[in-house]
Parts: sequence; structure tokens; C-alpha cells
Amino acid sequence: METPTQNSQAPSFPRLGQPAPAFQAETTHGTIRLEDFKGSWLILFSHPADFTPVCTTEFVEFAKIAEPLGKRNVHLMGLSIDSTYSHIAWIRNIEQHFKVTIPFPVIADLNKEVATLYGMIMPGESKTETSRCVFVIDPNQIIRAMIYYPLTTGRNMAEILRLIDALQTTDKHGVATPANWRPGDKVIVPPPKTIEAATERVKAGYECTEWYFCTKELPK
Amino acid sequence: MPCVKPDGTLEPMAQAIVRALRSPRTIEGVCEHLRLPVYRVRSTMRELFEAGLVAESDSVYALTDSGRSRVEEIP
Repeated sequence: METPTQNSQAPSFPRLGQPAPAFQAETTHGTIRLEDFKGSWLILFSHPADFTPVCTTEFVEFAKIAEPLGKRNVHLMGLSIDSTYSHIAWIRNIEQHFKVTIPFPVIADLNKEVATLYGMIMPGESKTETSRCVFVIDPNQIIRAMIYYPLTTGRNMAEILRLIDALQTTDKHGVATPANWRPGDKVIVPPPKTIEAATERVKAGYECTEWYFCTKELPK
Repeated sequence: MPCVKPDGTLEPMAQAIVRALRSPRTIEGVCEHLRLPVYRVRSTMRELFEAGLVAESDSVYALTDSGRSRVEEIP
């Protein structure tokens, strides 16, 4: 059991389609490595600070989507530049005042290692807090989606669920999803890449507005 | 070692896992037995392994002599 390579403090940004940067971190659920989530999807998200109002509303709402995410084989893990003791106190405070249990681990990233590795600190906003970042990491530990929100704006949990559904639909059926897609809606058949495939496409029984724009229903 | 408290006793999660390992199990078997997410079992199992309380062979984890004596100490 080898220790993953620790990162330097040089700021970096993950890239879609590339392996998620490995880390080991202290969390409210003990010491966790990214590799511990292999085989499951992971939503790694950061918040600016414990005991702040927008973050509190987000934690309550993340807790509410933990169960539907679990049914989709997705785990949540939070992060901020606060201590484990602060996280524990805040989680207990949320449970006391909002009657919501926080079921996911929260990274205590006091030395900013993970935040730096994932480019979570936006110096234009704050040099001491992480912005509201979301990284969707697939079961093979590839970064599949990233969302960045500013300090002032709480995230939309319905969109996070929709994003997971869209990514999992893409993986399962080899399709793309159109704007504002929701589960049950028609999906986009990937455009053909050769002239022959374009000719075949219009005969294939899809609903085609044009050779490059074909949709289909997925099996229920 | 995070799975061991400062007083030398095991953390609750580590206690639950060593109890479950009275019968050797895979990581997935422990998850199913304790109804825990896999990341939680993997991370705690790693610490128990590093503390010499469990051993692994062909992806099956079992208590070492030291691990068995720890189980007996759990109230």
C-alpha cells in the first residue's frame, strides 16, 4: 500500500477527460485517498468556509441529494480550508439547527494541498478561501465535469443531479444530451464523421432534422 | 495511526471492521456486512493493515494475532 505522490503548492487546474489528481487528505471520516472511491462516481466539492450562511444552505441541500446520488453510485465529499474540529463543530451545529445529518466526509485542507491541486482557490475572489467548485469524477477516476460558482452564489442541486444523470446516460447508451435535457427526454445521436455514415444515418430510423441533427428515444 | 485513539483503543469504525473480520472477508464483503460505503472500508482497512492488525491474501482480509487480541479488548 503505497502513499500517493503528494502535490507541490504550484497552482494547477484539472482538465476534463484527464485523470483526477491523486491525493490523501484528513477528513471528518478519517484519512481518505481519492483511490478509495475507485469503482464509484465522486462529486468533490469545495465551499469557502464553515459557519457561513450560503455554505450552510448548500450543505443542507447536498445532504438532501446524498441519497438519490447514492442510488446512482455517486458519493459526495466536501472540502474547505478549515480544520477537522471546525468541520465537526459546524456539522453538529447544522444537525442541531436544521435537523439534517451530513452523511458525507469533508476534507480539512488547512495546508491547501488539495485546493491547490484542483485549482479551487481563485485569488481574484479570495486568497484564503476556496470558491464553490464541483468536480465530477467517474468510477475510473477521470474528471468528467467541473462547475465553478463564485463565493456569493449557492449551487443548484437539481443541476448537479441532472449532470450526473446526463453523464451516466452518455456512458450507458453512447449518446449526447441536448440543452435542458432531463431523464426521459429524447437524446442526441452523435453526428456522423464520414459522408457514408451521414447517408446511412438518415436511413437508420432516427428522427433527423438534418443529417447532423438526429435524436432518438431511449428504451424505458 | 488515525484508526487508533490517543488512549490506544480503536476508533469506532475500526472496532466495527475488526469485529466483522472475526470471519475473513473481502472489502466488498465487509461493506455488505456492515452496510458501509466502500471508501470508508478501504480507508480504515488500510490503516488497520498499516497498524499490523489485519493481513491480506488474494483480496481477503483477516485479523492478525495482534488484531485478534484487539477484538478481545473491545467491550
